[in-house]
Amino acid sequence: MSNIPSELKYATSHEWVRNEGNGIVTVGITEHAQELLGDMVFVELPEVGESVSTGDDVAVAESVKAASDIYAPITGEVVEVNEELEDSPELVNSDAYGDGWMFKVKIEDEGELESLLDAEGYANSIDED
Amino acid sequence: MTNKTVLHAKHLEAGAKMVDFHGWEMPINYGSQIEEHHAVRQDAGMFDVSHMTIVDVEGADAKAFLRKLVINDVDKLNVAGKALYTGMCNEEGGVIDDLIIYFFNDTSYRLVVNSATREKDLAWIATQSADFAVTVTERPEFGMIAVQGPEAKAKVATILNAEQNAAVEGMKPFFGLQAGELFIATTGYTGEAGYEIVVPEAQAADLWQQLLDAGVKPAGLGARDTLRLEAGMNLYGLDMDESVTPLAANMAWTISWDDEARDFIGKAKLAELREAGSEPKLVGLILEEKGVLRSGLKVVTEHGEGVITSGTFSPTLGHSIAMARVPRAVKLEDTVQVEMRKKLVDVKVIKPSFARNGKKAF
Repeated sequence: MSNIPSELKYATSHEWVRNEGNGIVTVGITEHAQELLGDMVFVELPEVGESVSTGDDVAVAESVKAASDIYAPITGEVVEVNEELEDSPELVNSDAYGDGWMFKVKIEDEGELESLLDAEGYANSIDED
Repeated sequence: MTNKTVLHAKHLEAGAKMVDFHGWEMPINYGSQIEEHHAVRQDAGMFDVSHMTIVDVEGADAKAFLRKLVINDVDKLNVAGKALYTGMCNEEGGVIDDLIIYFFNDTSYRLVVNSATREKDLAWIATQSADFAVTVTERPEFGMIAVQGPEAKAKVATILNAEQNAAVEGMKPFFGLQAGELFIATTGYTGEAGYEIVVPEAQAADLWQQLLDAGVKPAGLGARDTLRLEAGMNLYGLDMDESVTPLAANMAWTISWDDEARDFIGKAKLAELREAGSEPKLVGLILEEKGVLRSGLKVVTEHGEGVITSGTFSPTLGHSIAMARVPRAVKLEDTVQVEMRKKLVDVKVIKPSFARNGKKAF
């Protein structure tokens, strides 16, 4: 069973969301997702300033195995992207919840955080896969 | 039913992620496929290839039979232990399998064929050998470990006995010999130096452990695929199958036309196609920008369409590479396009050999 930190929120499409306060959240993909994908070779990130809506495909994680779309787990504006991933996509494998973060979003409606899964809900959702 | 190799428990011990590979439960990686790839290009790695099928062909007609069965000519083999890469075709010239043949003497040869094609290969060999005085014996009682990389031979030397070391001393590439209980061959599927070692099943786990202790890193099927693709070596089922001729699979060099009197299976059809020059060809593609070429993607050229047969990210080169079957008129150094995620992307055509011996090969 992979690590699913209890302080984060999750989407069934395997993104995690960390509330940084001040309406900013950080988004990445879960340890489970990176395990399924295998070694990451390229990560294509959204543009800073881009408006994203929940469910939009906004990034691509390309691994040795497959290219996989990353979906916006929440609606808002992209305010920062993890440029480290340009040269070191393997950070997504080695530290999925830390240095492997992908982008930050200034969220439109903080209430939307409540509709995301908690750790237990996400754990159940991957059991069903 | 899933088959397990004799090394199955050693894989689990090493933390392997196991997958189903044509009915065999095999390690895809032991954590990181890319690190395993680099271990083989830069140091020494080992693969469990015990699932591969070993078939011994012996008897008075062994040579005559193999001269008919495969497209290369075993008559070229006259030094004991010398190996030959070739294909086995049907009458239509389609590739039933690719294989390596080791020559011991005119009445004794060893074939190593793919595991995914084991049943049809054995059936085909049995049918074709009916009129020849040969005995065909599958040898499932062996495990097989491929140890590959620039340091592979030196690391293997630390665990062989003096007699075995003397036997392998100065062995040239593409040879195989029996050294004590091990059959040691200077063959492989990575583009690196090293050995493929056939070992009695009872000793396979010990050999694996000794290699581990000697600093050889376990590598899974994932790394095996990126290494063979960098080396420009075909994978049966992707780069060719029965619907593809050797002429369209970069295997024309494995057909021997020298002896006009020799009649091998598929000869008439292959001669006709060769004369017509109509077959497509297998080339290498490189994509230097982001993205990964994958098998099945469409290739667009001014001479017509083609298809990627195998594609991957090349860990050695840091960008994507592929093998593609394209119209024969496409030339090396041409720029063609691949349809990727709804966009057409420029790629360069090269000979299918990307990286060998630790470095770029083009």
